[in-house]
Amino acid sequence: MLTPEEIAEIEIEAGHYPKREAVCIDALKIVQRHRGWVSDESVRDIAEQLGMSATDVDSVATFYNLIFRKPVGRHVVMVCDSVSCWIMGYDRVKKHLGERLGIEHGQTTSDDRFTMLPIVCLGCCDHAPAMMVDSDLHGDLNPERIDSALEKYK
Amino acid sequence: MTGNSEKPLTERMRGDGSAVDLEAYELAGGYQAIRKVLRTGMIPMAVTEEVKTANLRGRGGAGFQTGLKWSFVPRGRDVPNPTYLVVNGDEMEPGTFKDRLLMERDPHQLIEGAIVAAFAIEADIAYIFLRGEYTLAAERLARAIAEAYERHYLGKDIFGSSYSLELYLHLSGGRYICGDETGLLNALEGKRANPRAKPPFPVVAGLFGKPTVVNNVETISCVPHIINHGAEWFNGLSKTKDGGTKLYGVSGRVKHPGLWELPMGTTAREILEEHAGGMRDGVKFRGLLPGGSSTPFIVEEHLDTPMDYTEMPKAGSRLGTGTMIVLDNKTCPVGMAWNMTKFFARESCGFCTPCWSGLGWAERILKSMEDGRGQPGDLDKLAFQAKMWSPGNTFCALAPGAADPLETSMKYFREDFERHIREHRCPWS
Repeated sequence: MLTPEEIAEIEIEAGHYPKREAVCIDALKIVQRHRGWVSDESVRDIAEQLGMSATDVDSVATFYNLIFRKPVGRHVVMVCDSVSCWIMGYDRVKKHLGERLGIEHGQTTSDDRFTMLPIVCLGCCDHAPAMMVDSDLHGDLNPERIDSALEKYK
Repeated sequence: MTGNSEKPLTERMRGDGSAVDLEAYELAGGYQAIRKVLRTGMIPMAVTEEVKTANLRGRGGAGFQTGLKWSFVPRGRDVPNPTYLVVNGDEMEPGTFKDRLLMERDPHQLIEGAIVAAFAIEADIAYIFLRGEYTLAAERLARAIAEAYERHYLGKDIFGSSYSLELYLHLSGGRYICGDETGLLNALEGKRANPRAKPPFPVVAGLFGKPTVVNNVETISCVPHIINHGAEWFNGLSKTKDGGTKLYGVSGRVKHPGLWELPMGTTAREILEEHAGGMRDGVKFRGLLPGGSSTPFIVEEHLDTPMDYTEMPKAGSRLGTGTMIVLDNKTCPVGMAWNMTKFFARESCGFCTPCWSGLGWAERILKSMEDGRGQPGDLDKLAFQAKMWSPGNTFCALAPGAADPLETSMKYFREDFERHIREHRCPWS
């Protein structure tokens, strides 16, 4: 069941578009903001709220990489693997994160603290290599900066 | 805005990284362009004509004449309404970091530009389509839009005129393909972002089937200044025939990576050597992608070409987004081609066969070369694939954009590719 708060937020967005289906992505993001990810049940609830089929909602949900259809950790580390970051040391950043967290891309630490994912160019190329943790951008990464950045996310 | 600045897009930006707020923007002459348009009774076609004369070319990379695009919008009472303006803030081209600056640091400039542009195309509703990862830009744009509504710069009867406009911010769910004009429209409709076949073009049948203009953030940000100071002034900012200034950026192993607003047509050499400070100590320049990872490589002999939409094709490349990525001699060109091809393969929407099938194939060939498993004949296979991705074989520009850097890296760095195969290893690893 969607919460009254989620429904209210979805309906505000619905006022911005001429068709209810257009709110699909916003609705998925709203639910994810409240719950961390989008479950099968949420897909069905969103479909019902917007007058769509669950299949249609899921086809949209699975297309977009910022919609998580599996549970993620409390914090999501998104590491830029695009070309400027690759030139400036993405492989070293990825290796350090992997060793420090003990996970690969797509995996979550056993304490549910971090999930690590690759991400498209973050527009931080003059401070490459870069990553995002939740909604925060971190640039000029080296092992020390990565370690101190991660400390902030409990 | 107050003076005849040479850096109209960035001159108000603050050194501390905070956003130019509404008061500061207005003190510097902000919201005068839309006042001028609405209070002097300029008609939409007159605004369109001014932008056309200014030679403002689309800063998203394609370089289409903005005023010309606007002039294609059907007008009059018989036109199906509403008409939409969509600002493309889905900056995801690898190596590109210019629109983020404009949105984070001077959001009202973009909003005023959107109002003027919307008036010019007689739009009723405007959306800013922003990539989901640009969280700071989202926060600042949302605040600026709310401020503009409070002052009645948005909403009903703007500045006491009969013109009304609603402006909404849409945060994307991700994926590079949303930056494509028609992929973006599908995303805004709540669908998978598969690009659409053209024609019909969005100006005739775009968002929800209605006339729609999609313009890049930097393009729209130029608009208030053209109205304030005129097309002639805007053309005068440029060193070449394409009007205005340009945000040029440099990333890679240079001394000072960064972003600068410079006259359109500044040469790559000047940007690289004077602004970015040249290569870092211990590395040598080998080539660069002039405007993101979808543009063809240029090398030393091309560095004096003016970086604009008209001149760059003469060097076999394109201006693209104007944010260059530099390849140095300590970086493997095959590895770089592999990284970019892998990116395009991952970001393919999966619709057209040459793209979803061919990009993955090429990516695996490039990986095998990096792993020391390259075979004689691999370069021919890559060349064949790249040819299959050329315009006309796919709905959108993703695959042609993947072909450009791959083909030119094989052209300029062929010996490096051949060494990988011959020596069964990556000489850089």
